[in-house]
Amino acid sequence: MPDITLSALAAQLFTGLVLGGILVFLATGLSLIFGLMGVVNFAHGSLYMLGAYFGFFLWGLTRSYWAALIIAPLMVGLFGVIVERTMIRRLYGRGPDDPLLLTFGLSLALVEAVKLVWGKVGLVLDPPAQLAGAVDLGFMKFPAFRLFVIAVTAVVLVGLWLFLEKTNVGLIVRAGARDPLMVRALGIDLGRVWLLVFGLGIAMAGLAGILAGPLRGVYAEMGVEIIIECFVVVVVGGMGSLPGAVVAGLLIGEVVSLTTYFAPKLTEIVVFLVMAVVLLVRPSGLFGEPGLAE
Amino acid sequence: MRVLYRVLAAYPSVSIVVFFAILPFVVPYKALATQVLVYGLFALGFNLLYGYTGLLSFGHAAYFGLGAYGAGIALAKIGWTSVWVALALGVSAAAVGGAIIGFFALRRRGIYFAMLTLAFAQLLYFVAFHMASVTGGDDGLRGIPTLTLGLLAWRIPLGNPTNFHFFALALVAVAIFALRRILDSPFGAVLAAIRENTDRAQACGYDVQRVKLVSFVFSAAFTGLAGALDALRITVVPVEALYWSTSGQAVIMTLLGGAGTFFGPFVGAGTFLVLQDRLAIVTEAWPLVIGLIFMAFVLFLPQGIWGTLLARIDGHHGDDSAAQA
Repeated sequence: MPDITLSALAAQLFTGLVLGGILVFLATGLSLIFGLMGVVNFAHGSLYMLGAYFGFFLWGLTRSYWAALIIAPLMVGLFGVIVERTMIRRLYGRGPDDPLLLTFGLSLALVEAVKLVWGKVGLVLDPPAQLAGAVDLGFMKFPAFRLFVIAVTAVVLVGLWLFLEKTNVGLIVRAGARDPLMVRALGIDLGRVWLLVFGLGIAMAGLAGILAGPLRGVYAEMGVEIIIECFVVVVVGGMGSLPGAVVAGLLIGEVVSLTTYFAPKLTEIVVFLVMAVVLLVRPSGLFGEPGLAE
Repeated sequence: MRVLYRVLAAYPSVSIVVFFAILPFVVPYKALATQVLVYGLFALGFNLLYGYTGLLSFGHAAYFGLGAYGAGIALAKIGWTSVWVALALGVSAAAVGGAIIGFFALRRRGIYFAMLTLAFAQLLYFVAFHMASVTGGDDGLRGIPTLTLGLLAWRIPLGNPTNFHFFALALVAVAIFALRRILDSPFGAVLAAIRENTDRAQACGYDVQRVKLVSFVFSAAFTGLAGALDALRITVVPVEALYWSTSGQAVIMTLLGGAGTFFGPFVGAGTFLVLQDRLAIVTEAWPLVIGLIFMAFVLFLPQGIWGTLLARIDGHHGDDSAAQA
């Protein structure tokens, strides 16, 4: 066991916040898409991976990290919209298994496509020069880029909350998740709302990818690995519950980060132990209602 | 075609056995026939749960891997060099693993079930990866001897590919007849009821939760037998046996062939492995092609090759076993 100093522990807690933030990004998108359309997007992780690769490509092309940070998620979101329009749309009404299977196939195809284009070996994505150093927070020094990730996560989540709670479109999204038939009867074209939300959720996955690239590395399988963690977050938090996704995402992030510090051998396994405990104690998840989304 | 179909429909189990008895002599190399046989059994195990009970598992690598490691550890680590002990240990490990994971995963329904099975399989993968002293870790479990089967007075060396094929076929035949018995029993009818309408089955007074768990354990045991046979076949257990991509293979093979059909898993395994075999010569990115084909099947041929063929022949949908009962 390493010497436990307060600043090292604080650094670990902050790192947990960063990891958790990435998971929250993905899990809220996953949850939003599921809540509205009943689609479990297995490819969510692979689109996150695509975000990291697009970010790498665009950064090289434009020589600007900030341009890449904005354009890559848009590109990924656009790709998501095309997928929804051309494929997933055909499966509405067939039950939740078929979209899950389709996006599983998509995930498989994307992993290989990326290997074809960028090679099998992972890429190195550095933080931008402006954020390369460390910031002195008084009680500890913390990498600036990680602070940036926490800030972006907070801004996007607040933005998402404002969008869902304070705008008219957000109202339609929430109503559509609760009773699509009624919303349709009121003359609202839900198809377009679904497309918008799908694109939004996927763009968030893309953004998470380009943010996570410098932290977790960029490689073709990064998406499938994180989607499994996201599924755990969703099981722990309760599918379709945005507060659940946020709390569970941060919880898992902290647990992983602290385990890395105290018992590094258990890092990969501890996530699943948390899941098993939650299943035993509260099978419907921390924020889930029994019977919802089943 | 119709005559052929009638024969298949009347004697489904026998048809599969006859088919696989001929297969090694018509394909380019015998190893492919045995591989189709073993992976067909793997898909058959998955199909019992998905096709017949309506539970989509994304974690069948767990039971395939447990079967493989169970047999492999008995042979290579403990040194029990009996084929039967090794197989029994593999199947038991998978069944026990299925019972434990099933207990947890069945606490949630629907899409959660798929996520949970995937997560628990990945947990086993990480455990196997880190327990290198027992499992060989990243290098895989090596040192599985090629065995000689003692059957009464005969000594049959399983190192010979033809011998091994027929040995595996004998075991798969037992598994197929066992599955037939399960599906034709009242228990099998309850499985179909759960698949079609879980709430109604519950309302009819069936202990749905227990029936699902039993189906889960049966499915895990069939899958474990496939894993154990695979360990004997290639005399090594790669840690990837437990990886999510292995679970994906079972899903893909079953859906290509036709979920919920008796022959589907074997048709799917054959299609998958022949495709893989041919594509791998042309491109390293063969999973890309298979992924795209799989997507096309989900979109346009959800009943799979065999399921679609069945629907074409006599207009009924999907389940050939119902017609045979």
